[in-house]
Amino acid sequence: MSRLGTITRRSFIVGSAAIVGGVAFGTYLYKRDLKNPLLEGLAPGAAAITPYVKIDPGGVTLITPRADVGQGAYSIQAHMIAEELDVDLDAVQITPGPPSPVYYNGVVGVEAMPIAATSETMLARTGRGASDVAGKLLGLQLTGGSSTVPDMYDRLRMAGAVARETLLAAAVAQTGLDRDQLKTEAGAVVLPDGMRLAYQDLAAAAAEIEPVTNVTLRDPSEWRHLGKAQMRTDIVPKSTGTQTYGIDMAMEGMVYATTRTNPAQGGDIMGFDAGRAEKMRGVQAVLPITGGVAVVADNTWRAFQAVQAVECDWGPSPYTGDTADQFKAVAESFTDDRQDSRFRDDGDVMQALAEGEVLEAEYRIPYLAHAPLEPMSVVVKLEKGRVDIWTGTQIPRFMQANVAALTGIDAENVHIHVLMSGGSFGRRLEDDYTLRAVEVAMQMPGTPIKMVWSRGEDFTHDFPRPLAMARARGKVSNGQIAAYDLAIAAPSTAESQMARLNQPIFGPDIAIVAGAWDQPFAIPDYRVTGHRVPAMVPVSSWRSVGASGNGFLHESFMDEMCHAAGVDPLEERLRLCTHDPSRKVLEAVGEMSDWGATLGPGRGRGLAFCLSFGVPVAEVVEVRQTDAGLKIDRVFVAAEVGRVLDPVNFEAQLSGAVIWGLGHAMNCELTYRDGVPQQDNYHLYEGLRLYQTPKIEVRGLENGGKLRGIGEPGVPPAAPALANAIFAATGQRIRELPLSKSVDFA
Amino acid sequence: MELTVNGTVHDVDVEDDMPLLWILRDELGITGPKYGCGIAQCGACTVHVDGLAVRSCQLRAADVNGNVTTIEGLGTPEALHVVQAAWVEHQVAQCGYCQSGQIMQAASFLELNPEPTDDQIDAAMSGNLCRCGTYPRIRAAVHSAAARLRKA
Repeated sequence: MSRLGTITRRSFIVGSAAIVGGVAFGTYLYKRDLKNPLLEGLAPGAAAITPYVKIDPGGVTLITPRADVGQGAYSIQAHMIAEELDVDLDAVQITPGPPSPVYYNGVVGVEAMPIAATSETMLARTGRGASDVAGKLLGLQLTGGSSTVPDMYDRLRMAGAVARETLLAAAVAQTGLDRDQLKTEAGAVVLPDGMRLAYQDLAAAAAEIEPVTNVTLRDPSEWRHLGKAQMRTDIVPKSTGTQTYGIDMAMEGMVYATTRTNPAQGGDIMGFDAGRAEKMRGVQAVLPITGGVAVVADNTWRAFQAVQAVECDWGPSPYTGDTADQFKAVAESFTDDRQDSRFRDDGDVMQALAEGEVLEAEYRIPYLAHAPLEPMSVVVKLEKGRVDIWTGTQIPRFMQANVAALTGIDAENVHIHVLMSGGSFGRRLEDDYTLRAVEVAMQMPGTPIKMVWSRGEDFTHDFPRPLAMARARGKVSNGQIAAYDLAIAAPSTAESQMARLNQPIFGPDIAIVAGAWDQPFAIPDYRVTGHRVPAMVPVSSWRSVGASGNGFLHESFMDEMCHAAGVDPLEERLRLCTHDPSRKVLEAVGEMSDWGATLGPGRGRGLAFCLSFGVPVAEVVEVRQTDAGLKIDRVFVAAEVGRVLDPVNFEAQLSGAVIWGLGHAMNCELTYRDGVPQQDNYHLYEGLRLYQTPKIEVRGLENGGKLRGIGEPGVPPAAPALANAIFAATGQRIRELPLSKSVDFA
Repeated sequence: MELTVNGTVHDVDVEDDMPLLWILRDELGITGPKYGCGIAQCGACTVHVDGLAVRSCQLRAADVNGNVTTIEGLGTPEALHVVQAAWVEHQVAQCGYCQSGQIMQAASFLELNPEPTDDQIDAAMSGNLCRCGTYPRIRAAVHSAAARLRKA
């Protein structure tokens, strides 16, 4: 690696001094303009005024580079551009564009830094700036960390405004009129006499002039898209079966492949006998790939059948292979030498807990699979030093680099065509499925290969959310929480995931304590310690990452302490809260849920709060005991995102996050035997279904917090709010997920 | 064998035990029905055979005794079926991958039960999995579609 590469990569990990070094070193590179990838091969008469707006005689194309995995990213990005560009979204093309460093993510790096969202210190501000520097220097094109809205909000509105003013300048040159006499609407410049000059007719002239960059963004009071209820641009295709996902891609001469790799994680294949499979109808080839075999056939089902007929000799998994042993490794990591972080250490916890009655509890949470409903699928064509890949992905540039390394083909000849994903929840932050398909394509150059995984292959080759344990100690006095000492032990997501993206990491892994260390509560003696468990099976980011489980760990014990102190859990959190937007979220959920009103026998309410990805979210769950088991009746959610840009999708994302959080808390776990995941389809990993879905009421607050994204932050409070509700209804305190190990649900 | 899909007769040459889903997707290029689980746990592959919702991943070629309708045959972007129109009105879809199956299930259910209660909707729709958690809007859209069908 070059010296530049080394230093800029290091600056991504903002420990302390590295921030300054990284920024100073990178100033020149950071300030330079990145190349607009749309200019390459631009047809005559077409203009790519910014990397986000392309206009040619066929019409206007908006580039929405953050991946849409169901969260509505394409739609909100398109609305941001349209807000300034004045185009109707049903009259434009919307595409994620090619992989390019210009589409770097300047925000997501903050999630890897020990900077509380509530902090406004110099270090915090510098760190946020460093995220942008590092993102740009590394060309970090990545969708994740609920970063699309905060990262793109200014950039895309600015792109729309620059394109609009440049088109207006072209119109001024063409008509001889003044800029002030012209206006724009619905994809055209409108002259004083009402005559319309369509943007595409101005494209050739606009391409010749210097883009107009001294633009002022419109005041929100003038908005016609943002802040209003929007129709997502993908709703009609997704309601008519006409949306093309990666699994639906088809082309001339395409064949159908599937893979079967060692179900024991990381295990190799020692040999295989394809004799029977090769004779099966439609089978064209049985090929070796990393860790297993692929079958190429003329139909996916025939490939599925044949791959099961291959006799494989599997090697053992190199990892700790049984879930009991995996938890043992976690339990053994609560040691000084495995300490990874202690970002919160207020007061003197050791002294506070040295005498008197100390509350103690131990919690555990399991591995969890992403299991998006569209199984991993991709189309690859490799021919004459060029690779084309059609698939859903959150990491197009990393995929491009990894494919280049695998094939020896230059990255510039690796073309990633990003398609809509049928869910992801973090799964498509990995590119393993594409690399396996490329291995097949390398053995069949010239033939387009569509590879689809069976559901079993998908479940048994996920990169799950890691398991974790917490040991909590606390003290209450005079009806208040006085001391809270929370130690969490988990394998490192960053260590596992970043290695696959060729990104070295340094220092502590924030994910081990995210959603726990950074909560806005002023407990006099308050400490949160992270312990890093030695790496076991590969793990990765799962919707809301570290906070997904840490919300349960932190908020369950908060509830235990409140009950021990005899204080109302809402009142106590309000008393301890140091962050005004968070306090308002707690107050809102209290009002929505009529907190404090009596529910009657056999019923209970639970409260939980978690600030993650900069978004404070409070949830109240109501449960009821029935003859068939516990029933969740209602859930109330309040969240602060600064400004709600689309209230319709905001509600969808939060209610979906609640359902995701509840369903996995109730009945999902991924367990291993000899390194093999034991859950290989949805009957063993069910999540929430419609009959168990409660009524969910959502409220978005706009109390001056920073602009944030909402795809993930609704997840962490759901599990603890449910567990706390079960305690309120039944007196049973559950300290292990999934809850179905301890109670039945109706 | 002959197979009638969305009113068009196709001649397909497949094994008796090939599931209808893979005939539709890979032999006929009809990709609205989705593969999700292969064992009738998710419902993403739901189509109609003579108007009744079936899991096409479980229906063998030899057992297809009727006219097949997929989401593409139910309605189109230009001419939405009442159930699809309700799905659009409520903006049900997130990733959308399960929604072909959800809509086909709902359309078949409402044919049989035009005035469903919440409990009946729960029972009819719980075999269709949605990982994004669009269930509250599915409930609302089914009620809307039922109301429109009653008026029609």
